[in-house]
Amino acid sequence: MKAAVITFPGSNCDRDLADAFAKAGAEVVRVWHKDTEIPAGTDVVGVPGGFSFGDYLRCGAIASRSPIGQAVVDFAAKGGHVIGICNGFQVLTEMGLLPGALMRNASLKFVCRPQKLAVATTNSIFTEGYAAGAEVTYPIAHHDGNYVIDAEGLKRLEGEDRVAFRYIDNPNGSTADIAGVLSENRRVLGLMPHPERVVEETQGGTDGAALFRALSGMLAQA
Amino acid sequence: MKARVHVMLKDGVLDPQGEAVRHALGHLGFSGVEGVRQGKVIELDLAATDAAAAEVEVKAMCEKLLANTVIEKYTVEIA
Repeated sequence: MKAAVITFPGSNCDRDLADAFAKAGAEVVRVWHKDTEIPAGTDVVGVPGGFSFGDYLRCGAIASRSPIGQAVVDFAAKGGHVIGICNGFQVLTEMGLLPGALMRNASLKFVCRPQKLAVATTNSIFTEGYAAGAEVTYPIAHHDGNYVIDAEGLKRLEGEDRVAFRYIDNPNGSTADIAGVLSENRRVLGLMPHPERVVEETQGGTDGAALFRALSGMLAQA
Repeated sequence: MKARVHVMLKDGVLDPQGEAVRHALGHLGFSGVEGVRQGKVIELDLAATDAAAAEVEVKAMCEKLLANTVIEKYTVEIA
């Protein structure tokens, strides 16, 4: 599997994400925001966490319109796999690859802690490695993770089984406890919690490893 | 030519920041504030000289970047 990890000015989880892919057996290429194409042969694009462009205008807004942004949209349109974590999730919603938006936490506080989540669907390449209904703990660290979607959009997401993760004890006011969602073709995942921060024991947990292993295994077979 | 864009959350989208401002006003003794919505104002200096064309262009800017129309609405003033 070949994974391309994008770095924007202000990204700060790009190296962790690259490491998580590498540990799962992927060949990792790093891509700069001014690049205009995703490297040939890429199986999955990773949009990392951080504070791209200082969160100016809206979180993820500037990054989503950067030169590499259009390449990510085109890659997804051709059926490519994309995972966006934290700021990466915000970027993917700003690109229109995922529905809804991420607003300021209802508490108005930055929340930074291990967070329990329920795996809401195993019907995706990202969540196949978990048992149905599994409870996992991924760290969260965000100020704008309050997932907002209108009633019609929510009905559609739930009807199509596209909620990937839900918070147990909602930390930020997200609609329907939603922590992560899938695109219509189930190949684009955005989530606020950080699976790449729990892939080895030295990080204090390994609950995220199954996500990268499953992705790596599935894409290696493809 | 100048353009001023007002970006506000759509009606029905909860505004946690506006709500916090409302509470703070209450603490300061302003008891009559029933609601606060917070938005942003973006001022643009444009080379354009035709107001109608400028308005069309600024609206395109709003759709493409300045507002997230999933949660926000906008108005454009040309002066």
